[in-house]
Amino acid sequence: MKLKWALLAMIFTVAAVLSGCEPLLVLDPKGPQAKVQADDIMLSIWIMSGIVIAVFAILVFVLVKYRASKQSADYEPPHIEGNMLVEAICIGVPIIIVIFLSVMSVKSNYEVEATPKGYEGQEPVVIYASSSNWKWHFSYPEEGIETVNYVNIPAGRPLEFKLYSYGPITSFWIPQLGGQKYAMADMVTTLHLAADEPGELMGRNANFSGAGFAENTFDVQAMSQTDFDKWVKEVHDTAKPITEEKFNELLQPGHLGRSTYTGTHLEFSPAPEHNHGSADSDKDSEEGEHHHESSDSEKETDHSHH
Amino acid sequence: MDFFDRFAVPHPSFLIYASMVAIGLTVIAVLVGITYFKKWDYLWREWLTTVDHKRIGIMYLISALLMLFRGGVDAIMLRAQLAIPDNKLLESQHYNEVFSTHGVVMILFMAMPFIMFFFNFVVPLQIGARDVAFPRLNAISFWLFFMGAMLFNISFVIGGSPDAGWTSYFPLAGNDFSTSVGSNYYMIAIQIAGIGTLMTGINFITTIFKMRAPGMKLMQMPMFTWSALISNLIIVFAFPVLTVLLAMGTMDRLFDTKFFAIGDGGSDMLWANLFWVWGHPEVYILILPAFGLFSEIISTFARRNLYGYKSMVASMVVISAFSFFVWAHHFFTMGQGALANSFFSITTMAIAVPTGVKIFNWLFTLWKGKIEFTTPMLYAMHFLPLFTLGGVTGVMLAMSAADYQYHNTMFLVAHFHNVIIPGVVYAMLGGLTYYWPKMFGFMLNERIGKWTVWLMSIGFVLAFIPMYITGLDGQARRMYTYSEATGFGPLNMVAFIGAGIMAISFALLVYNIYYSVRYSPRNIGNDPWNARTLEWATHTPVPEYNFAVMPQVKSTEAFWDAKKNGHEIFKGKIEKIHMPNSSGLPFIMSCIFFVFGFSMIFSIWPLAIISLLGILGCLVYRSFEKDHGHYIPVEEIEETETKLRGAK
Repeated sequence: MKLKWALLAMIFTVAAVLSGCEPLLVLDPKGPQAKVQADDIMLSIWIMSGIVIAVFAILVFVLVKYRASKQSADYEPPHIEGNMLVEAICIGVPIIIVIFLSVMSVKSNYEVEATPKGYEGQEPVVIYASSSNWKWHFSYPEEGIETVNYVNIPAGRPLEFKLYSYGPITSFWIPQLGGQKYAMADMVTTLHLAADEPGELMGRNANFSGAGFAENTFDVQAMSQTDFDKWVKEVHDTAKPITEEKFNELLQPGHLGRSTYTGTHLEFSPAPEHNHGSADSDKDSEEGEHHHESSDSEKETDHSHH
Repeated sequence: MDFFDRFAVPHPSFLIYASMVAIGLTVIAVLVGITYFKKWDYLWREWLTTVDHKRIGIMYLISALLMLFRGGVDAIMLRAQLAIPDNKLLESQHYNEVFSTHGVVMILFMAMPFIMFFFNFVVPLQIGARDVAFPRLNAISFWLFFMGAMLFNISFVIGGSPDAGWTSYFPLAGNDFSTSVGSNYYMIAIQIAGIGTLMTGINFITTIFKMRAPGMKLMQMPMFTWSALISNLIIVFAFPVLTVLLAMGTMDRLFDTKFFAIGDGGSDMLWANLFWVWGHPEVYILILPAFGLFSEIISTFARRNLYGYKSMVASMVVISAFSFFVWAHHFFTMGQGALANSFFSITTMAIAVPTGVKIFNWLFTLWKGKIEFTTPMLYAMHFLPLFTLGGVTGVMLAMSAADYQYHNTMFLVAHFHNVIIPGVVYAMLGGLTYYWPKMFGFMLNERIGKWTVWLMSIGFVLAFIPMYITGLDGQARRMYTYSEATGFGPLNMVAFIGAGIMAISFALLVYNIYYSVRYSPRNIGNDPWNARTLEWATHTPVPEYNFAVMPQVKSTEAFWDAKKNGHEIFKGKIEKIHMPNSSGLPFIMSCIFFVFGFSMIFSIWPLAIISLLGILGCLVYRSFEKDHGHYIPVEEIEETETKLRGAK
């Protein structure tokens, strides 16, 4: 047993030293959504550590106390069927923990699926992010700009990424701004993000999409609104317009560097019509689902109470 | 030449050519060996045509250990590739094929046959039956599984391996993006094995419901049999989904249907949904029998009855029901909205409650016990803390908003290995050590066994705990390489070292088998562990008919009662025993299935039609065949009994 503890201690020390140099990406949020998620993660780590320590402690206690080598040869363990009170506690405590985590989880779900907290009043920047093997295309319909493999965003404004794919399912992920969401070929999904401060961030496709998947990354540059406006103007002055021919060329499988165009491919190759998961998506079909699911979840909660 | 082009490997490398040569030489060596030692007749009579559940069990075991080796080699290759940044050991396509096969082989062709081994070997003995309900169907189950597994395994030397992950999500696995025949192998080999598994489910549910020893009520069944019953019920409910799913995938790939296609009304997420409607229950198909084995082991070596028998059963029933209501937690990030995510988040976390009940019941079984640290018990005692760690990270993943950050990262990879290795693999190896003497009449060496456990746990912790950290640092899963700037390097090196230590531990297990075959004492009796349930009440080795006289059962621990309270298990005198006949048909039909699968994979239609007719022919033949089994006469039984008693 001692060996194991020494080992575990060693591993965690090594891990702490190795990771201590820089904070882990996910736990170093640069936006409100990532902050919600990092807070959830840290809180659950603390609660879970409590559970793990409790189980470890009970295990060590019984193993030390009831070892055969510690007992007389004629000790005969008793026959115990079970005890209602003990089992009620063993069910009750986990249920309380699960209810607490459920409330937290549901609350966070609604937060990450809506305009970030503190950014509600502002006009969001809408950016269409579409993936093709193995690139990301960013279209700014309002600004009339299209970029490949990099995205510039104004800090301090809510962002609405509209995601879809020209190939396999991919997953759009900027860890320090917030968790990922799938981009698929037959529908558009919406990811609500915001950056608190200007800065350079890493973005990537997180969902395996074939041979070029590992390098399927993009650069994110959060900048002040003034710098963003300046950049938009500069693009309009210098970049060439995107044409259907050029866009089809960009869609060919492979890796590309960064490039910039005026206009967007949405004009000749619009995004799939079916919308999903956005707060403002078509109400009718969503309402039907709501009804059905809420009755289900009521049943489930009832279940866990008994 | 066009015809033969299709069999070429699309991305050949030195490793693959070397494997081809090695496979060829091994096959020749085995064939020559069998011929030289004149074992063809023995092999056919005693193994290929057997319907004896114990022998079928042992064949499952051998297959599982072989596949453990295959999947383990894959794992070492993956960890070696990721050990240092920008490594050039494997190229991207090769890496993708290796992790895809690693997943499929470990889940479907290692863990599944391993639990099938326990179902087959243990369940009939535990309930006091002489065989399963449908012995011939049982043989078909095994041979279909075996042919499916072999078909899948030849993919990397003939035509190319699947390269779209073990989950094989469309459209990536569709013809547009997965151009080799690899994904055809996936669809068809798993289909063939899956049909076998479905039959096993039906077989064991019937066996457990209809063939228990006189007096054994449902609530008196040993815990492993309970877990087997529930696991098989899940199989019967979940596997048809897989069957339909793979059929749709096959049609998309071979006949250009559009179920999962981009455009034309196809839906890519339909595959993901159906896959996990089967896939999540599948996880519980694996873990429940593992729980059952740990229950047996912990109760035996704590020298106490299992604490909270009723709540153990109830918790498994609840887990099995909930397992069908959590599938969407595998893709919280699909964009289904906050409400749907909240539903699946809560159902997923709810599963922690019955699982927690089981953990506490095991702890209370140890309480006031007289704990002996044998090798199986050591596996169980390492399982408890490590599995708890895996379980709580599962609860973390269940928090859907946070899952947007864990999803598709090494954190997830760490989590599911953290439940599958200490959960399923430890149970399999602990159970194997536990039942080894019942199968072969000698024990595995305890000293080497304990070294194996410790090395495995040390290796496990080093290999998988770092992944939790790199996952939170943004390392996505299934990336074949990463740059030095990411900083993932050192921890991935630690993981590689851990994987190496685990490999040493498996090598030690193999050495233990060799060592024990040579040096272990043979006069160990019928009950070397001082155990509590019926399977230890009969002779070692177990005779063909299992029990000369049907056992009488009055409690959950019939054999313990007999030893401590003078309960008489074997009342009455020996009568002639009805046993099923051996049959070559299951093996022959499964071979034809192999040919059928192969010709479908490579679209060789004439051969596919001929082999399909062959399969139908076998079915028709069976329908008109008259086979009433045979009786073992009383004299022969008495003779066997005297011999086995003498051997003690």
